[in-house]
Amino acid sequence: MSKMHIKLTVNGKEEELLAEPRELLIYVLRERLNLTGPHVGCETSHCGACTVEMNGKSVKSCTVLAAQANGAEITTIEGLGTPDELHVLQKMFKEHHGLQCGYCTPGMITRAHRLLQENPNPSEEEVRFGMAGNLCRCTGYQNIVKSIMAAAAEMNSAKEAAE
Amino acid sequence: MNDMSPTREERVEKLKGLGSSRKRVEDARFTQGKGNYVDDVKLPGMLHGDFVRSPYAHARVKSINIDAAMALPGVIAVLTAKDLEPLSLHWMPTLAGDKQMVLADGKVLFQGQEVAFVVAEDRYIAADACELVEVDYEELPVIVDPFEALESDTVLREDLEAGADGAHGPRKHHNHIFLWEEGEKEATEQVIDSAEVVAEEMVYYHRTHPCPLETCGSVASMDKVNGKLTLWGTFQAPHVVRTVASLLSGIEEHNIRVISPDIGGGFGNKVGVYPGYVCSIVASIVTGQPVKWIEDRMDNLMATAFARDYWMKGKISATKEGKITGLHCHVTADHGAFDACADPTKFPAGFFHICTGSYDIPVAYVGVDGVYTNKAPGGVAYRCSFRVTEAAYFIERMIEVLAMELNMDAAELRRINFIKKDQFPYQSALGWEFDSGDYHTAWDKALDAVDYAGLRKEQEERVAAFKRGETRKLLGIGLTHFTEIVGAGPVKNCDILGMGMFDSCEIRIHPTGSAVARLGTISQGQGHATTFAQILASETGIPADSITIEEGDTDTAPYGLGTYGSRSTPVAGAATAMAGRKIRAKAQMIAAYLLEVHDNDLEWDVDRFVVKGAPERFKTMAEIAYAAYNQAIPGVEPGLEAVSYYDPPNMTYPFGAYVCVMEIDVDTGEHEIRQFYALDDCGTRINPMVIEGQVHGGLTEALAIAMGQEIAYDKLGNVKTGTLMDFFLPTAWETPNYTTDFTETPSPHHPIGAKGVGESPNVGGVPAFSNAVHDAFRAFGLRQSHMPHDHWRIWKTANDLGLHG
Repeated sequence: MSKMHIKLTVNGKEEELLAEPRELLIYVLRERLNLTGPHVGCETSHCGACTVEMNGKSVKSCTVLAAQANGAEITTIEGLGTPDELHVLQKMFKEHHGLQCGYCTPGMITRAHRLLQENPNPSEEEVRFGMAGNLCRCTGYQNIVKSIMAAAAEMNSAKEAAE
Repeated sequence: MNDMSPTREERVEKLKGLGSSRKRVEDARFTQGKGNYVDDVKLPGMLHGDFVRSPYAHARVKSINIDAAMALPGVIAVLTAKDLEPLSLHWMPTLAGDKQMVLADGKVLFQGQEVAFVVAEDRYIAADACELVEVDYEELPVIVDPFEALESDTVLREDLEAGADGAHGPRKHHNHIFLWEEGEKEATEQVIDSAEVVAEEMVYYHRTHPCPLETCGSVASMDKVNGKLTLWGTFQAPHVVRTVASLLSGIEEHNIRVISPDIGGGFGNKVGVYPGYVCSIVASIVTGQPVKWIEDRMDNLMATAFARDYWMKGKISATKEGKITGLHCHVTADHGAFDACADPTKFPAGFFHICTGSYDIPVAYVGVDGVYTNKAPGGVAYRCSFRVTEAAYFIERMIEVLAMELNMDAAELRRINFIKKDQFPYQSALGWEFDSGDYHTAWDKALDAVDYAGLRKEQEERVAAFKRGETRKLLGIGLTHFTEIVGAGPVKNCDILGMGMFDSCEIRIHPTGSAVARLGTISQGQGHATTFAQILASETGIPADSITIEEGDTDTAPYGLGTYGSRSTPVAGAATAMAGRKIRAKAQMIAAYLLEVHDNDLEWDVDRFVVKGAPERFKTMAEIAYAAYNQAIPGVEPGLEAVSYYDPPNMTYPFGAYVCVMEIDVDTGEHEIRQFYALDDCGTRINPMVIEGQVHGGLTEALAIAMGQEIAYDKLGNVKTGTLMDFFLPTAWETPNYTTDFTETPSPHHPIGAKGVGESPNVGGVPAFSNAVHDAFRAFGLRQSHMPHDHWRIWKTANDLGLHG
């Protein structure tokens, strides 16, 4: 199958690669760019383990073709925080036991990151609704919701302090 | 000592030992996307395998043509049963004493069965090639009902010799697997026949699936130069996999290294040995290259590891005052096409005979008939210990039905039948010795916490308002008091494929006072690296933050039977404590030498040995560790290491009291969980934060099972719930907040008194949710409706009761 020339900006880094038109974004990220943070859980857009940000929106990268992502800006879990300075969501997921097996966590945090961009001060109900595209089999969500609420509070107080 | 010395409290605090809600050490890598799951394993020259699966539930395979597939560029090999037969790998033994086809040998017996294994350069090519393999099938009659299977002339398993005994005794029909019995049949029947009150009900626990977010998979790499096979995979029992791989392949066990990397949830799905593992190994041996196999979600739901599917016919008898006198249960167990249930060898129905529950029942009988049908094999313990969930659901439904029969409050009926605190250790009528419990205290605490009397009053008013036409919502109060049996188990009666179900821990204390400990178990999210270090911290005085826990690599970890059935804490946790005590015993000798006193003149204090009566004279564990490596101590070997293999004397028996308060809309069948209170008693608590997390998760899996999740088949054996569109996994939106609580009744036989908790919430949660649904309709005469209680089924229940006018 002939390949397409695809350009992406992933976590701030420009990438160029050849991919078949049918190749999925998750496959390109994991297999070609070695970004194995996003995971495959269902291949049908239900579980959200593959969630990444594409041009400022959360997408399920298991049902986005790499061709559709041509020219896009992508952020994966690898683009949030560094080992020396974790993103506040990463800190809060640890602080509030918002993860267990860790398989859903990259998608969960990436989605929560976008949610808090869209709604910096969400109610618990808004968090639950806004996270409903990401499944977790381990935590029962209670501590995930707690983690995200705590992250929102911390981000807001940091913002207030800066202003 | 000087003024700067930390106080005893500060030293205890620093350990982060037992009882500390220590934050998890695993989280750093998981939150940064740096976990290492099997699909993240990438090796040079790695090939990808994929299965051609049967579209039919029962058919003869007349021919398989691989020519077109082999002609596709990038396809390396297509394996069929014919290729595996010379290696005797076209069938494999199951954990339950049966055998299972690795690849279809002449026929297929369930939809999704593995027919051929395609090996290609990448996943896309492998998937393409699967479509090009031409299989000629001749359809055969399909049986998806276990009762029909036992009447039918259709022989499902033609490979089994007619009339010959199975692994668990005589088979009474060609589709029958075993009859397994426990208890006193005649005595129980006599009691029930002459009882004042008898309740009888068929309780069905539907077929479902553990469905961890990560599917099953493996990477096999046969190094032909050194003769070594390395196998990465989603294995809840990596050491057993090594032994099985050796027995099946003929490769000597020292030449096989099995690695369970990070596992994305297990819940029982990853206990069994699947054709994909075998085929990846064979393909790597054949091609000389590493071969990866990863299930997709549909493969996972269709082919690996269903759970439950028990038809439980029960009779329970009591006096007019409600004292239970006997329990009789007959189970028709649908095991699917092969008996691949994951149970200890001698227990073909697992520990189902814990089904007398929390109650003092003088006489009981259980009989379980295992049956073949055209459904997937499996029968795993989905977040439970070997059929304990089925048992808990059965008894907790029977109690509710009996309460109706007696016209008695179900909470009170439980209370007057609980095993009393002073009866422990308690011998159950079905042969178990319950180690410890205090059910009345837990029950009272739970009922007080939810204001049970107030809830019943509100419910009464609601029913009255409903009858007056003022509301269309009913209120259900779902009660459960469950007793689990976990921590399999004593080697004298528990084994998996002949391997006794002990577990192990090996500790090395480094010269500078930090440590590494390796265990025979493997975490799938439970947080072993965090909590086992806490056990060791309390035993050795080395802070948990200075202890690395490793599991899952058979080349480095001591042999153990793995993680499932809530056995890690009861068995490997015990081994960890015992190994820690061996370290301490040696440390005491070293300290005695250093302090120039007799061993007996020392006492242990948090992180040090202190000379009795002279608290200023002590040696810390860090000082002792250093001395172990740099001083010649007469009569003591250098180094500070220990290993313990722990064979538990008994199982542990965690218990709990749950209350679910549910609103049900009679017209739409929708439900809302208004309140869920969960009190768990798991003995000594290692990490309360982790326990709470386990309870939240287990309750949510219980919510799924009770309220919507099932593996459903149509009459032709087609799986109707093969994707997450149809197979219900609750989202954050449907999942309620839970209130957790506890009592603490230590296990008397466990070194630290811990009992295990991971599965309790699933075992207790399912009956709590289901009882809430039933309870909402109790005033209208509902005795039993089958799970899952999805919106349609609840609507149908209301409709059948005439509540839609």
